[in-house]
Amino acid sequence: MFDNIIKRPGISNKQQPTGVRDQGKLADSTGSSHVIEFIDINKSYGENKVLDDITFYIRDNEFITLLGPSGCGKTTTLRILAGFEQPDSGSVTFEGRDLLSVPPYLRKVNTVFQRYALFPHLNVRDNIAFGLNLKKLPAAETSSRIEQALKMVDLKGYENRWVDQLSGGQMQRIAIARAIVNKPQILLLDEPLGALDLKMRKEMQLELKEMQKTLGITFVYVTHDQEEALTMSDTIIVMKQGKIQQIGTPVDIYNEPRNAFVADFIGESNIIPGRMKQDYEVDFCGNSFICVDKRFADEEVDVVIRPEDIQIVAPEGRALSGHVSSIVFKGVHYEMSIETENFSFLVHSTDKAEQGSLVGLHFDPDEIHVMAKSAFSPDIYKTDENGDDSTNYEEGSW
Amino acid sequence: MRMQKLAWPYILWMLVFTIAPLMLVAYYAFTSYDSSGNIYFTFEGFKSILSMESTVALDFLGLNSLFGIDLQVPIYINVFAKSLSLALVSTLICLLLGYPAAYILAQRSRKKQGSSFLLFMFVLPMWMNALLRTYAWLALLEPNGIINSFLSIFNVGPIQFLYNDFGIGLGMVYNYLPFMVLPIHSVLLKIDRSVVEAAEDLGADSRQTFARVIFPLSMPGIFSGINMVFMPAMTTFLIPDLLGGGRYLLIGNAIERQYMVSRDYTVGSALSIMLLVFVLASLRVLTRYEQDNSGGGVLG
Repeated sequence: MFDNIIKRPGISNKQQPTGVRDQGKLADSTGSSHVIEFIDINKSYGENKVLDDITFYIRDNEFITLLGPSGCGKTTTLRILAGFEQPDSGSVTFEGRDLLSVPPYLRKVNTVFQRYALFPHLNVRDNIAFGLNLKKLPAAETSSRIEQALKMVDLKGYENRWVDQLSGGQMQRIAIARAIVNKPQILLLDEPLGALDLKMRKEMQLELKEMQKTLGITFVYVTHDQEEALTMSDTIIVMKQGKIQQIGTPVDIYNEPRNAFVADFIGESNIIPGRMKQDYEVDFCGNSFICVDKRFADEEVDVVIRPEDIQIVAPEGRALSGHVSSIVFKGVHYEMSIETENFSFLVHSTDKAEQGSLVGLHFDPDEIHVMAKSAFSPDIYKTDENGDDSTNYEEGSW
Repeated sequence: MRMQKLAWPYILWMLVFTIAPLMLVAYYAFTSYDSSGNIYFTFEGFKSILSMESTVALDFLGLNSLFGIDLQVPIYINVFAKSLSLALVSTLICLLLGYPAAYILAQRSRKKQGSSFLLFMFVLPMWMNALLRTYAWLALLEPNGIINSFLSIFNVGPIQFLYNDFGIGLGMVYNYLPFMVLPIHSVLLKIDRSVVEAAEDLGADSRQTFARVIFPLSMPGIFSGINMVFMPAMTTFLIPDLLGGGRYLLIGNAIERQYMVSRDYTVGSALSIMLLVFVLASLRVLTRYEQDNSGGGVLG
């Protein structure tokens, strides 16, 4: 029954700083080198602290995603990388050298902007050629690189179009072409798919991932869309209120959320207040359950059970049972609310239960995930999101 | 339907105060009276304007006064040329002074550094009557005016500021500068900051960013400003009348005199029509050029 313990990966701390502050390329446990190191970055706009001791590493050739709700500081982090913002304190290094003193136009990074930011006075060709013209490359090379870039984004033959003759998806592709044509070491993408419709977004997600592999460069991607992050990333950094909540692979983040915020933000979840009795045993909903976690002995905890991990069974002899209070058909599955004595469980199942009927709930020990209490625990953190959607840009000059 | 009803007062207004006067001008330009008071159709007005009987050396942009080229043209053509040169030079000076001002204002607006006060200072003179403002320049520039009195302390002068190209050019630049600054300022403000950041991101330093992105994107404002300065500068009669001391003839004064002094409505109207055609033609050229630059229709 405890076989699963061995299979479960530990909470991923691979990327967390280990206190090493040496200048120079660091190698972590995976052996990859860090191309970017963000160390103790703080940034405030007036009273409003947008980045609070942000520390993380970016490895060579990885697809890393900064994920979080509006105003969590993810865009500010990206803008510090691009050079459009300066932090109040902390350091950023690029291949071991200080990056903060380098002006944006000398950095080996290129950005794909949220609303494309194409030059409206130039046609597609001149938009893409902008960076190459500044480098004064020979005309033949400029032409061949533009052609390659257009081929990469699947828009060959659009050279002479004007920007206002393009659709949103095409503008996005041109914005990507304009950035990758310069062969940056790191490509920064600021919610690039935000303005596209769902179908286009899904297509572009796969294309971007493919592009990153083909180009063999580092992508730093900013999004508030958890599904996008899970689909594309090698590493996800979950941010909230200017703090990093968790760093890990998509699988780690989904299966082993560090706190209630991460559990709730990444996918849907039932977060139940509980108490760890002893190792491998947790109390919640008035019952004792066997689980696979062994930390937090005799502590109040949050228990996470994903809706798709709960099976609906016959109520007889089950520890948890309740009435089905709502059923919504979602295509692939039914989304049901089941009211037990202490908690309303969200369940995703391909089998439909009858509305109002009494059903039992079953989940295996390895489907119970125990987290430490945090400021985001549902019984502590009552008022979520006070509607502060404004991304904080400094009122800077150009 | 409702919109059309609401439009009637404006249509009426235009008929009475724009279309009818234009028709009258056209009527006067092509008619005259014989000795017995009969009205007849004629080209006399245009003929006398273009007549080579009395000619002077063309002084377009200093062709005669600066470069000594002697090209004889009818007097009125030279008046036209002088007006055009003054208007062009004033517009150019307004652009050279106005663009940096607009740029600084726009930058301060973006940084929220109290640009509204600066902008207010620019607009403030526009709240005063143009006549008063121009009279104020008279007091400043007169041979025994404020500036010359000050210069006399250092035994300089008196310098002749008035009744020449300098005085009239100064009056025009002073009066029309806000009309250059405001449209450029508003276009600069509207430039999306992310476009400027994109330029920097792609490797452009601040000079290159200005030359390749900000300046081209501000072209609609420049065209609009040129339009709003050049047109009134070309047709003004108030400024040359006051600062030129009544001795300095530009096309605006020439028309005024034909109507008010000579009472020769035929020649006055013919001159008006020539000026109107010229202004419309230059507007057309400007609009065409602007569209070629895909700047967007600020001129409408």
